[in-house]
Amino acid sequence: MDTARLREITWNGLWKQNTGLVQLLGLCPILAISTNLVNAVSLGLATILVMGLVNLVIAALRNLIPYEVRIPVFVLIIAAVVTVVDLAFNAWLHELYLVLGIFIPLIVTNCIVLARVEAFAAKNEIGASTVDGIAMGVGLVCVLAVLGGMRELVGSGTLLAGIDLVFAGSQPLAIFGEGYPGFLVAILPPGAFITLGCLIAARNWLDSRAARRRAAPAPQGPAPATA
Amino acid sequence: MTAEYTATRTSLRTAMVMLLFALAFTALMASMYGVTRPAIEASAQAARMNLVGDVLPASAYDNALLDDTLHLGPTPEIGLPDGGVVYRARQHGRPAALVFEAGSNEGYSGRIDLIVAVLADGKASGVRVVQHKETPGLGDYIDPRKDKNRSRPWITGFNGLSYAEVGANGWRVRKDGGQFDYHTGATISARAVTNAVARVLAFEAAHRQRLYAAPSGSPL
Repeated sequence: MDTARLREITWNGLWKQNTGLVQLLGLCPILAISTNLVNAVSLGLATILVMGLVNLVIAALRNLIPYEVRIPVFVLIIAAVVTVVDLAFNAWLHELYLVLGIFIPLIVTNCIVLARVEAFAAKNEIGASTVDGIAMGVGLVCVLAVLGGMRELVGSGTLLAGIDLVFAGSQPLAIFGEGYPGFLVAILPPGAFITLGCLIAARNWLDSRAARRRAAPAPQGPAPATA
Repeated sequence: MTAEYTATRTSLRTAMVMLLFALAFTALMASMYGVTRPAIEASAQAARMNLVGDVLPASAYDNALLDDTLHLGPTPEIGLPDGGVVYRARQHGRPAALVFEAGSNEGYSGRIDLIVAVLADGKASGVRVVQHKETPGLGDYIDPRKDKNRSRPWITGFNGLSYAEVGANGWRVRKDGGQFDYHTGATISARAVTNAVARVLAFEAAHRQRLYAAPSGSPL
C-alpha cells in the first residue's frame, strides 16, 4: 500500500466521507451517547477498536464469503467480534470495562460498521481495510467529541463530567460555574439533532468555501473587497 | 433440468458455507466465554463485596457476612425471578442487618440490579445499583458514581427509612404521589429503583423472623 493510497483512505475517513457528518450512518448511538464529552469519546474509542478489527477479519475472509449471502455473514462476524471484544475487556481490562462496558454492545447497532465492511473491507486487502476502519473510527471520534462537548457545555455548563471514572482523582471542569442553571434541551434528543445539524452545516460551508477558492482563478493584484 | 440442479446445488453450497461460518464464530464466542468466565465472575464477586461495604458500615456487624447466607428461590416479589442470595449481618450473635440482592424490570432499558441493606429494625441502611443499562447522562444518576450531587447522591434518599414509617403510598416517586425525588426527563429509572426498594423493605418486614432464623446456607 503506497503513501498516496494511505492518505486518501485517511482523508476519506476523517473528512470527505466522515461517518458522522457525511454518511450520517449510526445516528442512533451517536445521538444517544453524545450527552457529554467523556461518554462520547469513550464510545468513539470503542468504535475505532471494533471497526479496525471487523474490517481486518472480513478483509481476511473476503474470498471465502459467498456474494449472495455476504450480509448475514458480515452481521454474524460483526456480532461475534463485538462479543469477543466485550468479554475480553470485561475479563482483562476490568477498570476500563467499567467505563466503556455499556458502550461496546451498542456498537453492534451502529450501521457504520456494516457499511464500511460492505463498501470497503469486502473488496480490499487486509492492510487497507484495517486502516479504513481505524480512519473512519477516528473521524467519528472527532465528531462525537465536538458534539458531546457542545451538548455538555450548553446543557450542564461543564466539560469532562465523569472523567473521574476514567482517571481516578481528576475533576470535571465547571466552565460556567456552579450556579449555571442548565439547558435541558441540549441534553435531550432534540439537542443532539440541532447540534449535529449545525456541525453538518459548518462542514458543508467549509467544503463549499474550499471548492469556490479552488475554482476561482488566483487573484491578480489586490483582492476585490467583496465578501 | 440442469438449471434446477445447479440452483439446488448452489443454494446447498451457500447454506453449507453459512453453516460453517456460524459454527466457526459460535465456537469462537463460546471458547472466549469459557476463557474469560472465571475472571469475570471473580471481578463481579469483588465488586459485590465492595458494594456491601457501601450499603452497610463494617462496624455494624462482626460476623463473616459472606458465609452467613440464605439462598432465595425464585422470588419475583423482590425482582429475583431466578432466585438470589441474602447475606446476614450479626452483631454479638444478634441480628444486625440483611443484605438483599434485588432487581427491577421497570428500568428504561432493561433490568436494574440492586443491593439493599436493611437493618434489623426494618430501616434501609443503604441501596446501591450493581448493574443497569439506563441512558448515560440521563437516567444513570441512580448510580451514585454518576450522580452530579456528590454530597448527597439521589440513591442515599432511602437511608434510615422503613416501609412502615413511610407507608405504601409514600414509597413512590413524587410524580406518582410519593415522597421521593427524581430528575426531570428520567423519571422511569428513579421509579424503578424506588419501587424495588419498597418491595424489598416490605418483604423483609413480612419475613424478618424466618430470614434471620433459618440455618445458614439453606434455602428459605
